Amino acid sequence: MAAPLSVEVEFGGGAELLFDGVKKHQVTLPGQEEPWDIRNLLIWIKKNLLKERPELFLQGDSVRPGILVLINDADWELLGELDYQLQDQDSVLFISTLHGG
Amino acid sequence: CRDCFKALYVHKFRAMLGKNRLIFPGEKVLLAWSGGPSSSSMVWQVLEGLSQDSAKRLRFVPGVVYVDEGAACGQSPEDRAKTLAEVKSVLQNIGFPWHTVALEEVFGLPPAVLQGSAQEPVGTEEAYKSAVDSFLQQQHVLGGEQTHQPHTQDSPGPCSLGRSPTATQTAALCRLFDSVRTLTAKEELLQTLRTHLILHVARVHGYSKVMTGDSCTRLAIKLMTNLALGRGAFLAWDTGFSDERHGDVVVVRPMRDHTLKEVAFYNRLFAVPSIFTPAIDTKAPEKASIHRLMEAFILRLQTQFPSTISTVYRTSEKLVKAPREGRAAGPAGPRCLLCLCALDVDTDDSATAFGAQTSRLSQTLLSTPPAEAGTTTGPGCVAGEGQACCRAACNYVHRKGVQAQVMEQLCYGCRVNMKDLPSLDSLPPYILAEAQLRSQRDWVMPEVQEYLIEDSDSEAEDALVQPPGARLTTQEQGGENTGTGL
Repeated sequence: MAAPLSVEVEFGGGAELLFDGVKKHQVTLPGQEEPWDIRNLLIWIKKNLLKERPELFLQGDSVRPGILVLINDADWELLGELDYQLQDQDSVLFISTLHGG
Repeated sequence: CRDCFKALYVHKFRAMLGKNRLIFPGEKVLLAWSGGPSSSSMVWQVLEGLSQDSAKRLRFVPGVVYVDEGAACGQSPEDRAKTLAEVKSVLQNIGFPWHTVALEEVFGLPPAVLQGSAQEPVGTEEAYKSAVDSFLQQQHVLGGEQTHQPHTQDSPGPCSLGRSPTATQTAALCRLFDSVRTLTAKEELLQTLRTHLILHVARVHGYSKVMTGDSCTRLAIKLMTNLALGRGAFLAWDTGFSDERHGDVVVVRPMRDHTLKEVAFYNRLFAVPSIFTPAIDTKAPEKASIHRLMEAFILRLQTQFPSTISTVYRTSEKLVKAPREGRAAGPAGPRCLLCLCALDVDTDDSATAFGAQTSRLSQTLLSTPPAEAGTTTGPGCVAGEGQACCRAACNYVHRKGVQAQVMEQLCYGCRVNMKDLPSLDSLPPYILAEAQLRSQRDWVMPEVQEYLIEDSDSEAEDALVQPPGARLTTQEQGGENTGTGL
């Protein structure tokens, strides 16, 4: 049983438009059976934060190609991408590099 | 790590400029800034490059241009004002001379924008070296008092081209963009108009180079998109490091070695200010336009095959700008009215589908007023009179076929795009005016040709030997010539 986590989720480069234009979200993830990883976080974001057009943010169980993910200012590719296990007080940043956001 | 990344990033930028030796010291360079990540990063690089110690310092004089495209993207006036205020505050902090123009100003452009200057850009090795030397000497003379940055000599601050756009212009622009049927054509049109506007700003303020922030990722996408749009013949110009198609103003793309990922990371790590403005395709679904689709395709491929973008991009580097065979010598051929590339239109006898299309077009144009043509330039036509009836004929042509007239002067890619415009009448006047001018010229040309003296060397002698009557004829033709705007 993982304890509830407090993480900062941030969107940039136009991705925030899908989230009502709000860039920074301070969120508390509820405790659950399995540990929180990015895969679960994306599902949680889709359910709780995403306001419109999920296909412009997500593709399959990951983010759309062209959207960069930084965990604590480091490329998520160095941290295991979807399998990275979130820690308390982590910050996750999504930057869209797509044209027009 | 952070420091190495920065060093690499800065090095790439400088190496790109250094390798190509295109920007002369002391030259005025206009940075085209959209507020997006790549161009912001570029402006930042220039800013840092200019503030470094003398040995490594960039030695050109920059200025920034921002084009407000809000109207084309359907932004409300309040949103636009807000964005513009943000833009101005960023520009003020940068401290370069800056220009903000609204896209609406394309309705006030002179047709001269579309007339490429014949002047060849000076780009030889020796020229570069001598320019560097003279610059160094100049600096030496100035000595220690050269402590202030070059860019502060030019009054930093706003030099807006004109007042804020009028409501009618905004309405006209909205009408134009609303009338375009596909997003693909809209994006192309926006790009064309933006380029003309930037070009105009550069000429008015005496900039001889324009830097755009196209990144490697963007260029790879652009390359594939342009292929799909039928602009294959101009890939080298559209995606290469430098683009000399405009003659006196050269477009350079110094960010072409940076991937968007690098740009985004750099901007994040070093807090480069950038402004997000919704673009014309914001929130559009993936299949909305060729541009969108190609972007999704390339990026998806990139996730599976990480070298996709660099492979495509390297291809663009290898393209060589060669004039078409048989056209190497002689005067520059006709250019596309919109993208200003040398026309790739084949002659009428071409067997390609495009050739057939071309000949059909010119037939529709030619079949209409042959009678007028005969009367206008008859042998007894005096200069003044000829001018008048010429004008009448041209007006006739103009009314008869703006569509055909404009279409005839476009390259294949632009033609296909313009098909998505139900009416070309809503295009900015400078495009239509130039189209008319050119077709008038085409009318007059064959007539004048008869009287032109072929051999230029013997021209002086001929003039002396010729009886007064014959001399008069050439003069008359000359008068008519200028009358129709040659």
